[in-house]
Amino acid sequence: MHIVVLTKPVPDPAAAAERLGSDLRLDRAASPTVVNGNDEYALEAALKLVEAHGGEVTLLTMAPPNASDTMRKALAMGATRGVLVTDPALAGSCVRSTDEVLAAALRELTFDLVFSGFDTSDGNAGVVGAATAARLGLPYLSNAAKIEPDPDTGRVRVRRITPTGYDVLEAPMPALVVCTQVLGEPRYPSLKGIMSARSKEIVSRSLADLGLDGAGVGGAAATTEVLDSRKPPARGETTVVRGSAEEGAAEIVALLASRRLI
Amino acid sequence: MPRFWVVGEPNADGSISKLSTEVATLARSLAEAAGGEAVGVVVAAEPGRAASELAAYLPRVIAVADPAIAGHAWSVPAAEGVAAVLGPDADGLVLLGAGPDGRDLAGTLAALTGRGVLANATAIGWDGRLVVEMGAFGGKLTTSSGFTGPGGIVTIRPNMITAEPLANPGTVEDRGPAGDPTLPRVAVVEQVEEAGAAAPIEEARIIVAGGRGVGGPDGFELVRELAVELGGAVGATRAAVDSGWIPYSQQIGQTGKIVKPNLYLALGISGAIQHKVGMQTAETIIAVNRDPDAPIAEFADLLVVGDLFEVGRALLVALRGRSG
Repeated sequence: MHIVVLTKPVPDPAAAAERLGSDLRLDRAASPTVVNGNDEYALEAALKLVEAHGGEVTLLTMAPPNASDTMRKALAMGATRGVLVTDPALAGSCVRSTDEVLAAALRELTFDLVFSGFDTSDGNAGVVGAATAARLGLPYLSNAAKIEPDPDTGRVRVRRITPTGYDVLEAPMPALVVCTQVLGEPRYPSLKGIMSARSKEIVSRSLADLGLDGAGVGGAAATTEVLDSRKPPARGETTVVRGSAEEGAAEIVALLASRRLI
Repeated sequence: MPRFWVVGEPNADGSISKLSTEVATLARSLAEAAGGEAVGVVVAAEPGRAASELAAYLPRVIAVADPAIAGHAWSVPAAEGVAAVLGPDADGLVLLGAGPDGRDLAGTLAALTGRGVLANATAIGWDGRLVVEMGAFGGKLTTSSGFTGPGGIVTIRPNMITAEPLANPGTVEDRGPAGDPTLPRVAVVEQVEEAGAAAPIEEARIIVAGGRGVGGPDGFELVRELAVELGGAVGATRAAVDSGWIPYSQQIGQTGKIVKPNLYLALGISGAIQHKVGMQTAETIIAVNRDPDAPIAEFADLLVVGDLFEVGRALLVALRGRSG
């Protein structure tokens, strides 16, 4: 079982230091970088499947060159190797460039499954998985709460969360699966994992390596642009009520009534 | 003349989703501002009901009946159907809901048509071009973005506006499937309804949510009772979901859903950033928490300091007293 996990280095949401630069792009120097939280769930799911079926997990990342530091953290969790697509021309990539580049990188790899996280904490779009699957003509199975590949039949079953329960989806492999948190908490890297990650391979690929033209992707070819940014309006003052439960409840009812919520 | 295409999402029972009617209402006002046209597209095995319901909000709706969708995951064949309807209209702007199906369809459609995507819009306007407002970095910033060329795809969050039907319903134009599918279909081999599945929280106007302080599945009974009394849905923090007290579908926050209800009543929720990003745009936020210094004290409208069970039960009594 060979699984490729799409992982993105993102500004650490816990550090709360994210900001846009004067070019209205993410200021990558302003914030420490971590593996996108939802990608860690995808990686955990991949590691568990490989532990059960044998095989390897490859990380695929499109990011600036220093992303290899962040990738080491994911390698420390147990991934086998990393592929880092990096090229100065990729700065300012939009969703369309990203899925085009990821698709080109995936064409060079052998895999049974590609996993992506539900969305990223910086962009939140959650559309790159679907777009990448479409570019490669892969079956697309999203919102996975359970993933059951069957190496004998070459098919994969996925429990897709729906508003009222779940659907069981089935498709031939290779396929692309969008993972959710329901698959299980990501593990912490062990000391041994951290040590061994130092010597794991991270292959660097440029656009030219992938046979792509820098003019067709990245900021030069972006389909979207940020026009301006501002702080959202501040919320009003907080009224703090201490007293008996009945007094507290009365304050709540009074506010609800004044705002016509009851 | 810009054309705004609204992708209608059918519910499991064949009706149109509430979010699609909100998107349709937005598309109509954009068409008016831009001197353009708003057109609906519904692709399904049996699109009839959803298309005619969407036509209550749009002057023209195209219903693509593709029987081959039956028994298969919807978003990929629906995206192919929409791409076929868009056809030569490379300038067309596509609007759809930012729910799970909408985001799936948006991604597939982006790859099929080469359009850019602006996701999770919180507002949308026309200023000679489409201007799309979105939250960035967990709501710390609001950005305005646009497409660099003609054409694009925008997904829109629920509850941004109130859907308003037309005075006179529009027309429905029936079409068949476009042709042979190019992308692989994914079979749905089983559909499971989970007992007690709650109303979708993204669309709820009132949410009563519980966190770690609720203490266990039994504690959520009070959260549920309050939600029923207020006519709302039940939400939860990741800690409560991870503890198995309530299903993931009700989780609000960074790894869960982002909601914008009129009222968010938070019981035993500290308001950590991971949860805050999912609910901070609620119009009214009321918190009940033992800790007066919990982060939620910084962005709630009202914080009642106290035991959530005592205050919650007193609130139930007070609400029932009013309605009774």
